[in-house]
Amino acid sequence: MLAVLVPLPVVLPLIGAGITLMLSGRRRGQTAVTVITLAIVLAIDLVLLFGVDARGTQVVAVGGWELPFGIALAVDRLSAVMLVVSAIVTLLVLLYAVGQEMADTANETPVSVFNPTYLILCAGVAAAFIAGDLFNLYVGFEMLLGASYVLLTLGATAQRIRAGVTYIVISLVSSLIFLMGIGLVYAATGTVNIAQLSVRIGELPPDIQMILHITLLIAFGIKAAVFPLAFWLPDSYPTAPAPVTAVFAGLLTKVGIYAIIRTETVLFAESNLRTPLLVVAALTMLVGILGAVAQSEIKRLLSFTLISHIGYMIFGVAMGTVEGLTAAIFYTVHHIIVQTALFLAIGLVEQRNGTTSIRKLGGLAVLAPGLSLLFFIPALNLAGIPPFSGFIGKAALFQAGFETRDWLIFVLIGAGALTSLLTLYVIGKTWNLAFWRDPDDTEEPTPELVEEFEERKEAVADGRSWRSTQTMPRTMIGSATVMVAVSVLVTVFAGNLWDISARAAENLRSPSTYVSSVLGEEDGS
Amino acid sequence: MTTSFVMLLAMGVMFACGLYLMLDRSLTRVLLGFLLMGNAVNMLIILTAGPPGRPPLTDGENLTTDGMNDPLPHALVLTAIVITFALSAFLLAMIYRSWRLVRNENLEDDIEDVRIALAKGRGSGDEAGTSGEYDDTEFGDEAQTPIAGALDLDEDGSPVERRAEDRAEDRAEARAEGGSDTGAEARAGSRRTDSGEPGSREAGSDEPGAADRRTDSDQTGRDT
Repeated sequence: MLAVLVPLPVVLPLIGAGITLMLSGRRRGQTAVTVITLAIVLAIDLVLLFGVDARGTQVVAVGGWELPFGIALAVDRLSAVMLVVSAIVTLLVLLYAVGQEMADTANETPVSVFNPTYLILCAGVAAAFIAGDLFNLYVGFEMLLGASYVLLTLGATAQRIRAGVTYIVISLVSSLIFLMGIGLVYAATGTVNIAQLSVRIGELPPDIQMILHITLLIAFGIKAAVFPLAFWLPDSYPTAPAPVTAVFAGLLTKVGIYAIIRTETVLFAESNLRTPLLVVAALTMLVGILGAVAQSEIKRLLSFTLISHIGYMIFGVAMGTVEGLTAAIFYTVHHIIVQTALFLAIGLVEQRNGTTSIRKLGGLAVLAPGLSLLFFIPALNLAGIPPFSGFIGKAALFQAGFETRDWLIFVLIGAGALTSLLTLYVIGKTWNLAFWRDPDDTEEPTPELVEEFEERKEAVADGRSWRSTQTMPRTMIGSATVMVAVSVLVTVFAGNLWDISARAAENLRSPSTYVSSVLGEEDGS
Repeated sequence: MTTSFVMLLAMGVMFACGLYLMLDRSLTRVLLGFLLMGNAVNMLIILTAGPPGRPPLTDGENLTTDGMNDPLPHALVLTAIVITFALSAFLLAMIYRSWRLVRNENLEDDIEDVRIALAKGRGSGDEAGTSGEYDDTEFGDEAQTPIAGALDLDEDGSPVERRAEDRAEDRAEARAEGGSDTGAEARAGSRRTDSGEPGSREAGSDEPGAADRRTDSDQTGRDT
């Protein structure tokens, strides 16, 4: 019965996209359809999560074709968790985008395209998460990438086109490599069904396994922005509209991480690339955060921290133990939510002051205390300050690392701790410069900010109460606040999240459960 | 599994040419490279179906699979072709848009990267900003047989403007030798005025030739 729900997270947004396209020009109607669709998807995902957790992996054979010949859609605990998180993020970011849209009516973005494209992006993300065969995973990736190309170049200004070119060409190359990997896998095994592959790849000679493994990892590594393949990210993400950057930064790289987790556990359980992956993880963490140290544009700076923290997830996956995987899944969930919250908060700063450069911003902590709090909480969370989930995730990773008693992993723990400290440095620098500093002391002072700051100073000196005349759209503030609240809730319910991540990781570590539930040889558990 | 060597060779050549073209800075060549590589990958998948010349269907009477081609790769390839087709259409539209916007279909340098390089000193700033010198485009540069009254698509503007820009650069250099960082920035800016990016605004405003270049380059004919 539960299996009926499996295709819906893909089907509903696609139907919604069709309807919103027909409603083009009627902004209210479009918005209503999009919000309702995403809310329903969130409800379905929640049902799926609890159902899958209680009753085991749910599988649908598309069109009733018998598996393994038909196309399989499978939701196990990992997919269910990712589906729920992505639904939360997409819904909140959409509300934020609606708020921004209403705020700047004379916007350069063609409104009628945004909603359908956004829904297709959601459908693509969901399709990648529920794909039960490698080719469907590719199709899911193409859906979300195709939509992301349009979203990134919305309005087609010179700057966005420039950034879009980097992003699109790199994504196209990674898709080609993925497709090539699928071709090679099919040539070697004669199937693209993930469950069947899990068995057949194990029977291949080790060198062929290695080639297939590396091809797929490179393809997913580009999408996940892992160190030597990550340079496209800080060039392209920051130029997009704030909500688009938020959803990209939160979700898209994590779809790559999800694919890497699947590759490392279900597909290539035998083949061992752990050492190179660990090295790559360490380099991703360090190079990413050092890049962030050098930046002065907050959006770019956050893009670099995004790369750097991808390293933690790769670290967890590469450890190969159940604890490592659990920590990686937990960290992925935490990072999706925190990174999105941060970008939404910075989007508010940009909306308020028209810039996100720490060379121009100043005094925000007194001028906009609420907004500063919205930035401050997820920022501390990202840096891993106790008691937030960032701290829990990192501590869990390091603990899992200590249990392996391997010197390379000890080195990685050191790199991870250093990265965490450097993140704190970067966050501290941003806070000091953009939020605490007198706007007059900045390198390139913004006249509006300076004036506002002076007004406030006078008001305080006279003993009057002072309120900023700058008004922010309520929907934007509201959705950003809810996003920050969700990030705090992740900390509050960290125990439950940890438990379900642990069960998901156990499932993944014993691929036979996945195989048997998809192919139905025994009763899935 | 045996496959035809000629097909493998063709696939390899397509991969090589595609990769070479994709490394170019001109977007049209990148698109051509993408198409070549996409087709090379499609060919790879087709080759997994089995030796060429066999049907992917049975005749309906003899239901064994002997002598039959594997039909699944054909299905996969059809999907892949459709996706490649859609994406190349999008890419083409974007290249056209890029050319309409900045009269340039080469990939530009990132402003922030150039700024960081400039902060370290002029030498590395020059290294970082390469797009100014890079002048290799599919859409008409110095035409072999100039048409009278044709649009001047040259990135550097008309010869008159180029001389004006040289003078502006000399001035900027003289300022930079005075020891200030702003000189170096103005120099980088003056090279990039065509692109209409924010970084160029403050630099462009103090040199007369650059400010009205955009309108000029659309109207001036070639005088060579």
